[in-house]
Amino acid sequence: MSEVLNALFLALLVILAGAAVRVRDLVGAVLILSAYGLTMSLVWAGMGAVDVAFTEAVVGAGASTVFFLATLLRTLPREQPRERRARPATLVGVLLLGGLLLLAIHEFPAWSDPASPASLHVSPRYLRDGYRETGAPNIVTAVLADYRAYDTLIETVVIFTAGVACWLLLPRRDP
Amino acid sequence: MIREHDSVIVTTLVRMLVPPIQLFALYVVAHGHGSPGGGFQGGVILAAAYILIGLALGREELERRLREGRLLILSAVGVLIFALTGVLGLVLGGNLLDYGVLSIVGVRGSAARAVGIFVIEIGVALGVAGALTLIFCRLAKTGEGAP
Repeated sequence: MSEVLNALFLALLVILAGAAVRVRDLVGAVLILSAYGLTMSLVWAGMGAVDVAFTEAVVGAGASTVFFLATLLRTLPREQPRERRARPATLVGVLLLGGLLLLAIHEFPAWSDPASPASLHVSPRYLRDGYRETGAPNIVTAVLADYRAYDTLIETVVIFTAGVACWLLLPRRDP
Repeated sequence: MIREHDSVIVTTLVRMLVPPIQLFALYVVAHGHGSPGGGFQGGVILAAAYILIGLALGREELERRLREGRLLILSAVGVLIFALTGVLGLVLGGNLLDYGVLSIVGVRGSAARAVGIFVIEIGVALGVAGALTLIFCRLAKTGEGAP
């Protein structure tokens, strides 16, 4: 059942990504991207990465959509110019690259494989000692806020910088 | 400039929805320890509550509730809470962002670390909520400014 759902969501992701590129109306493209974010969060939730799913839902499907729409409202034009036909060289390059990626797929670890290299390096130690060392039952919080707190600090500074940049660059009043 | 929405249904619904959303944001921040969520997600939800006010009730109403300068200060205070908690670890003889030495809160070891995590989650939430609401305020300010 969950494999069927996963296949459905992944197919939906491809369709939505294609639609977001193809659609002429930019507002429509933004809304399709929002749907993409929501589908992506469902995929994360299906993988058991609930924290990532939560973040994707609030940021990818929510906040960024509002920011895109607000930006579109204050800029013109609202429609993309008529798209050009793909040149043969571009098409060949894209197909070659896509073929290479498809060839490399079998090197990837299997879906949610506990023996994948990423799950064998430091993860077992965090899972074993995380609660005892940090007192946080949610291991994701323990990693983000304690083991990797330096990264989180800089991330917060990045968000703050984005706010300050908008505050400084965008005009204070209606023109 | 985004005006108040014409429909009384939308404005009333938003007025009713905003307090539960804010409460949920605080819950997400406070329960980041034990359940999915944490400072970042809670901060975004808190910002979403104010963005909803701005979208449905107009930007003037948002301005009336939270002035832009305060948002900037809020965001800066959030980052400062995080950074100062980290530096406190340094001052008390540990490493930067080492909460284990924060024994001034009355507990030691992993309990002190849990307190440190909670404090920095609050800092992240304030920083993110302030910055995102500020970005929305500035983006929406000249909305419909297009010719």
